[in-house]
Amino acid sequence: MANKHNKDWGAYLYLLPVVVILVTFHVLPIFYSLIVSFYDWDLIGKPEYIGTGNYSRLFDDPMFYKSIWNTIYYAIISVPLSIFCSLGIALLLNNPISGIGIYRTIYFIPVITSINAVAIVWNFIYNPDFGLLNKILAVFAIEPRTWLQDPFWAMPCIIFMSVWKGLGYNVIIFLAGLQNIPRHLYEAARIDGASRWQQFRHITWPLLTPTTYFIFVISSIGSFQVFAQVYMMTPRGGPLKSTMVIVYYLYRKAFEQFEFGYALAAAFILFIITFSVTLFNKLYLEKKVHYS
Amino acid sequence: MIKVKHPEHIAIHILLIIGSIFMLFPFVWMITTSVKGEDEILNSSKSIVILPDSLRPDFLNSDEDRQRIARREEREKAYYEEMARPVEQRNSRVKKPFNFFDNYREAWTAQQGSGKDPWYLQPFGRYFLNTLFVTITVTAGSLFFASMSAYAFAFFKFPFKDTIFMMMLGTMMIPQQALLIPNYIFLAKLDWINTYMALIVPWLASAYSVFFLRQFFLQLPKDLFEAATIDGCSRFQFYYKVVLPLSKPPMVTLGIFSFLANWNSFVWPLIVTNDTNMRVIQVGLSYFSSEAGTKWGPLMAASTFTILPLVIMYFLAQKQFVESQATTGMKE
Repeated sequence: MANKHNKDWGAYLYLLPVVVILVTFHVLPIFYSLIVSFYDWDLIGKPEYIGTGNYSRLFDDPMFYKSIWNTIYYAIISVPLSIFCSLGIALLLNNPISGIGIYRTIYFIPVITSINAVAIVWNFIYNPDFGLLNKILAVFAIEPRTWLQDPFWAMPCIIFMSVWKGLGYNVIIFLAGLQNIPRHLYEAARIDGASRWQQFRHITWPLLTPTTYFIFVISSIGSFQVFAQVYMMTPRGGPLKSTMVIVYYLYRKAFEQFEFGYALAAAFILFIITFSVTLFNKLYLEKKVHYS
Repeated sequence: MIKVKHPEHIAIHILLIIGSIFMLFPFVWMITTSVKGEDEILNSSKSIVILPDSLRPDFLNSDEDRQRIARREEREKAYYEEMARPVEQRNSRVKKPFNFFDNYREAWTAQQGSGKDPWYLQPFGRYFLNTLFVTITVTAGSLFFASMSAYAFAFFKFPFKDTIFMMMLGTMMIPQQALLIPNYIFLAKLDWINTYMALIVPWLASAYSVFFLRQFFLQLPKDLFEAATIDGCSRFQFYYKVVLPLSKPPMVTLGIFSFLANWNSFVWPLIVTNDTNMRVIQVGLSYFSSEAGTKWGPLMAASTFTILPLVIMYFLAQKQFVESQATTGMKE
């Protein structure tokens, strides 16, 4: 029986549609990009082979290191903050209270909206002259700041807006995970006199680890590719390039300076960073995940 | 009506309401901006009260607001005086004053102007139909394909399983920006530019969906699968008759996500279509911003009516999503 399963070629039939499309539109373009990253190419002229020239230039560019640091800064703050807030909201929403459907919808509305529309609204909120944030702070007698034009505050402002935008997404996934936890476990725990915190610590948290792991992996990958909000809210990489993230760096190289080979070299480095982080998550963190 | 069964529910409501205000505030601003005229949008920003002039009681007005309202009333008066004259004597420079729903009318029917206006013809109805067709096809197709793959990953043992899975995850890590140009060149070779094929086929496979469903399928009891196959149930039957019905909540959740992602996708349709008849709504929205500046009012009106169907759809779907809870039979 075990032997038969080990040579289970029929399983590939189930994978076929997904694999064919992914290979055609994602994997092959990656290799194409990898090849182009060894060329000097402006999209119009003839590509010229320059070996690892793009890569050595990349590692000599202090702006590239800055963009990596900015991306890590964004990821390290936004991922845990978003998980913490969304788990809290999901736990609140998992109670049998009235009006639950309305709350679920409200918390999801920012996710529904396109990032372009939302970034326009938040630009207005952060506006130093007439923005709402400064107006609200004025009520508490806190002096106004220039927010997105301030090298210290620009990135926190983008992180805050991104967490706001993405919260509802994680809330829904956490809710689905919470609903999969059998109710009788809580009943048994209550009979044994377990406190709310103990119930969370010993039932909810361990049984929710597959969901938390999933959210953690997906958010990490997503946060390394942050682009749209940075592009919309802090054009040109922000004050003192404080919001220059990797994807914005490569976008600028490719679509503004037309150094296509160079941009793809940067994309490849980003891919290697993201892949290493994900591999670490899979090999190290997934051991702690509790699958039933 | 809030029923108080437990005192702690009041605390939960208070926390959730504070959060709700925070989540909703930007949208309130968006909607109120969508019913404001240009003069009002650019000049009312000093006031913390975001209601449009036409709905705000006078005692909340600042001096600046009153001046603006007076300006508007003057313009209105001038316009109606002009309209009272015979047609041939009218001064065509006197513009019609702003009306409550003008931004919505403008956003829906915006047409290419007389050369001054950089917009393209905006058949927003057509954009809606295109978006709806593409979104539904992609959502249904990708759910079906992804659930089959996830089923194989969760239940079967086969050679290179982990390698293939990691490669699938790997496809999520390449930034979209790096894939655009190779894919564009490839689609042009297939002659798929400006077709539904270009908008649909590349998105029928989603590594994200496979990963998402695998996580849920792994939680289904393995012994059920072994018992069923021993009893002569084929693997496809088990997938179709057992796995799919048991995974209604994750499928609904994923369906919502996929619907949203496709409804809001912007860069891909922008690149693979250039025919007005093949455009989708997000591309339509981008026409409100141009080098000549942003048309805030119509942009906010168009944003409002592009997210409204999603809010309604989500509200309806989440009810079903809630009702289908805890029917997964996963008792150990």
